[in-house]
Amino acid sequence: MSEVPPDYKYTKSHEWIKLDGDTATIGITDHAQEELGDIVYVELPEVGRVLSEDDTFGTVESVKAVSDLYAPIAGEVVEVNDALTGAEAAINDSPYESGWMIKVKLKDPAQAQSLLDAATYKSEIGE
Amino acid sequence: MLRTPLYEAHQKAGARIVPFAGWEMPVQYKGVLNECRAVREGVGLFDVSHMGRVRVRGNGSLDYLQYLTVNDVARLPEGGGQAQYSLFCRDAGGIIDDIIVYRLGVREFIIVVNASNRDKDLAWMRHHRRSFASSDAAHHADVILEDETNQTALIAVQGPHAIDLVDALSDREVAALPRFGLDESVVAGVQTLMARTGYTGEDGVELFCRTEEARGLWQSLVDKGGVPCGLGARDTLRLESALPLYGHEMDEHIHPYEARLGWVVRTDKKSDFLGKNVLRDLKSAPRSKVLVGLEMEGRAIPRQGYAVHAPESGDAAVGIVTSGTFSPMKEKGIAMARVDAAHAATGTPVDVLIRDTRHAARVAPLPFYKNV
Repeated sequence: MSEVPPDYKYTKSHEWIKLDGDTATIGITDHAQEELGDIVYVELPEVGRVLSEDDTFGTVESVKAVSDLYAPIAGEVVEVNDALTGAEAAINDSPYESGWMIKVKLKDPAQAQSLLDAATYKSEIGE
Repeated sequence: MLRTPLYEAHQKAGARIVPFAGWEMPVQYKGVLNECRAVREGVGLFDVSHMGRVRVRGNGSLDYLQYLTVNDVARLPEGGGQAQYSLFCRDAGGIIDDIIVYRLGVREFIIVVNASNRDKDLAWMRHHRRSFASSDAAHHADVILEDETNQTALIAVQGPHAIDLVDALSDREVAALPRFGLDESVVAGVQTLMARTGYTGEDGVELFCRTEEARGLWQSLVDKGGVPCGLGARDTLRLESALPLYGHEMDEHIHPYEARLGWVVRTDKKSDFLGKNVLRDLKSAPRSKVLVGLEMEGRAIPRQGYAVHAPESGDAAVGIVTSGTFSPMKEKGIAMARVDAAHAATGTPVDVLIRDTRHAARVAPLPFYKNV
């Protein structure tokens, strides 16, 4: 069973977002990191990049697999988790905390309501 | 989908199972990095029962294999006990498969082929058994081919402590078996054919045994401290050791000299063999494409199919990545790539195109890592 915190929102492509006013923190779910295996490389956008919903904002790679990262919601990148560079295992070890990837200032925070809640995401991954 | 005799053991151990060449195979257990470390520092176990095993026997078997393979089978001692790496090539020189020929005796061999090529290889072997026979009818009835893949299992035990581990379970002194040597041995009470071969760049053995005894043998090896490893680790380890993989570094459009496999081709072999004339000419011909190693300068990871460019050049690629991965030993991206000869010298700077961005790399000496 993978962890799915109740107060986060989710996407079908296995990103999570945590809302704090008009800012959202984004990462990948526990289920996603399990599926990928040992993560050894992550490519993230520059601060200032403006993302539309479903834009590819980066890439995460395990030894054997490459997976694109999709923006769950539109907004501008205001912070990137540089601490992941060279310490990508944090995404495996702590996907919802130290494994966060980017912070985005949302264009329209109300959009977040259309994302999956924890219960729906759980059934999406068969748990 | 086919399952090896160890399928249930893999499932019970929590392996992630994926389809591979028609088989349901473990790609990883606890994690690829953990498994790579086990093989580099201790002992890893691999179920490679999906690989094809074809027994060749009969009075014509030596002549037949001399004709079918590019290495010189006659260099294996008549009494058996030794194996050699070899290739099936087309007459035009392209590689049909890379194989290991195990000689059991004067007229008996086992050929181990890639799982993905087993059907093709069997058709090729049967076809040439007929055409070979047409030149000397006496041999026809005397080359017997038996696909034993489903009656046997194959377990690779690999790593710096592999020999000690198997020795503790075996009725023989395993360390006395030379590299590429093979012999009948009882391991953990199971009758095996033991060969000092592998695909990881580490010392170790591969054990052939009967299907019904595979589970017990595997469990005994696990109980002694062998770490089950999946196809993910196997691919990373073989790439660090620059061991080529069919469908990546070679295929039917690539000849051995383009795949760093010229050493396998014995153009001086007295008997005729498939591909001989073309390969003899290719041997001395200038190479347009060369298989090289690449080490990334930064952290990005090269993957199969990515284009290789000359730095600060225009759009035209000078090569293509044939295999790429993150290397746990180098702690960065490594690759093998087929590049134009002008860019093949060790140290040559190149760019690898990764998701529309060029990343700096350098032609590196091969293998990236070696411990045998």
